Amino acid sequence: MATRAGSASGLSLGGVRSASRWGEYLFRAACFSAATLLLAALAGLVISLAVGGWPALKAFGWRFLVTAEWNPVTDLYGAAGPVVGTLATGFLALAMALPLAIGVAVFLTEFCPRRLAQPIAVAVELLAGIPSIVYGMWGLFVFAPWFAAHVQAPLVAQLNEGSLAARLFAGVPNGANIFTASVILAVMILPYMAAVFRELFLSVPAQVREAAYGLGSTAFEAVTKVIIPYVRRGVVGVVMLGLGRALGETMAVTFIIGNAHGLPSSLFGAGSTIASTIANEFTEATGELHTASLIALGLVLFVITFAVLAIARALLASERH
Amino acid sequence: MGTRSVRRRAANAAFVAATALATLVALAALFLILWSLVSQGLGGLSGAIFTQDQPAPGSPGGLRNAIVGSLMMCAMGMGIALVVGILAGTWLSEYGGQSRYAHIIRFLNDVLLSAPSILVGLFVYELMVAPFQGFSAYAGAVALAFLATPVVVRTTEDILALQPGALREAGMALGAGRAKVIRTIIWRGARAGLVTGGLLAFARISGETAPLLFTSLGNQYLNLDPSQPMAALPTTIFQFALSAFDDWRQLAWTGALLIAGAVLIINIVGRLLAREVSHK
Repeated sequence: MATRAGSASGLSLGGVRSASRWGEYLFRAACFSAATLLLAALAGLVISLAVGGWPALKAFGWRFLVTAEWNPVTDLYGAAGPVVGTLATGFLALAMALPLAIGVAVFLTEFCPRRLAQPIAVAVELLAGIPSIVYGMWGLFVFAPWFAAHVQAPLVAQLNEGSLAARLFAGVPNGANIFTASVILAVMILPYMAAVFRELFLSVPAQVREAAYGLGSTAFEAVTKVIIPYVRRGVVGVVMLGLGRALGETMAVTFIIGNAHGLPSSLFGAGSTIASTIANEFTEATGELHTASLIALGLVLFVITFAVLAIARALLASERH
Repeated sequence: MGTRSVRRRAANAAFVAATALATLVALAALFLILWSLVSQGLGGLSGAIFTQDQPAPGSPGGLRNAIVGSLMMCAMGMGIALVVGILAGTWLSEYGGQSRYAHIIRFLNDVLLSAPSILVGLFVYELMVAPFQGFSAYAGAVALAFLATPVVVRTTEDILALQPGALREAGMALGAGRAKVIRTIIWRGARAGLVTGGLLAFARISGETAPLLFTSLGNQYLNLDPSQPMAALPTTIFQFALSAFDDWRQLAWTGALLIAGAVLIINIVGRLLAREVSHK
């Protein structure tokens, strides 16, 4: 039977077979190449940043990372200012957004009436897609002036000259500083984190939730002692994902951080991040070393965000039940 | 017993109130942003926005050159992203499976999904602008494609994985090869999902500013030649918002409203399509 079928198709379909086998092979090769192109693109990204930044790394060595001098006139560049600015705004934004994002997600999955929860959840997800330049513009034109007039000026007027608090809150009262940039970043990552948190909490099996309530837990106890611990790796993953977004964000920050080089000296002082420095200076970079230093900054940002995002994805992947 | 239960109930009430408050604060902040966007941007909206190019400060004008540039570059970028993304997503779902290489690609794709877009700008600058000594819309389109592709890969793999295995078996039982089954049966069944993926990717890149700053650069005139620098809405908004001229700032608000509105609409359409699929 088997031999007859084989020989029959071999006789009548030989030509068609080999043509379609070629088609099979080509299609599979095309799919494989496309997948490999992703790998090649990422590799190309790293290589181009390393090659482009090499002159700066060679000229300054490891001190590139620890000096805060950034001076196109003397052609001396150090990454410490933007690196510290990036980390400061990223972590500040995370600290502000995290409790709110968890609150929103818990409210939507546990307490909110279903009829209301669905539309709010959709709204939150849609807001997560608003381009970051919109957040940046809002920060520049609406939030910064309001903050300068109603928070910064009154607060600074209250403080004693020379006290620790006065130094912490020192700065030009125009609302463009590390703190306001962090607030805008927080507002930007909030809907994104809330949406991912919500998905994560929804992935907790109903039995786990019911068991917690069945033992007489209040909702507060069920959430903090059962549901969140059940997906704790995922929670850390979402935190890292939000942090990665905040660290790599350009437009929301560039508008409002004040763009001052050097180490940030106070919360209400102007600063810069890696992304904002590149965005502001790259097309106007004066010399070869200036361009190379900006690309080297990009390499530093890549290393930081890749590490953060890789940890986030690994944690989230391990959470899939 | 009494005080303990009162304490637990009080803690619970406080917790519920806190999460409700968090939701209120979040929605209020986002509502404030949308409200300023509409109130500041709507006033500048007129036919001239779509029919006239960007003006010199102080004279009337629109955003035609930027809108046309954005549409052209996004379309070119999506062309690349759809081809590469659908093929790569298909490989992950149909051929790669659980192999080690597939896991690596999947992981890197997930990382690329949220990679800083300004680094993509730097990369494409090094790749296409510096060697040829010129900013171009091609470079801008490649940078956008780089950002859109991971979205397409992800949605393609997810939607193909949802296609029932029985469909594949039925196709093969009829004597079709694997490639033919994928192209004529699986892709067709997943069509709405693939369109949704494309729309989400399109929404993602249409507001991107950072990757265009060093690739397509911008152009104050209407330009249809992709080998030349080209304006885009986000870069024009960036330039105008930071300027000192009130009429340019007004145009920036209007442009931001246009982009945000377009992104919202595209996302909603994508979602409706996806919902139709899941209801079937």
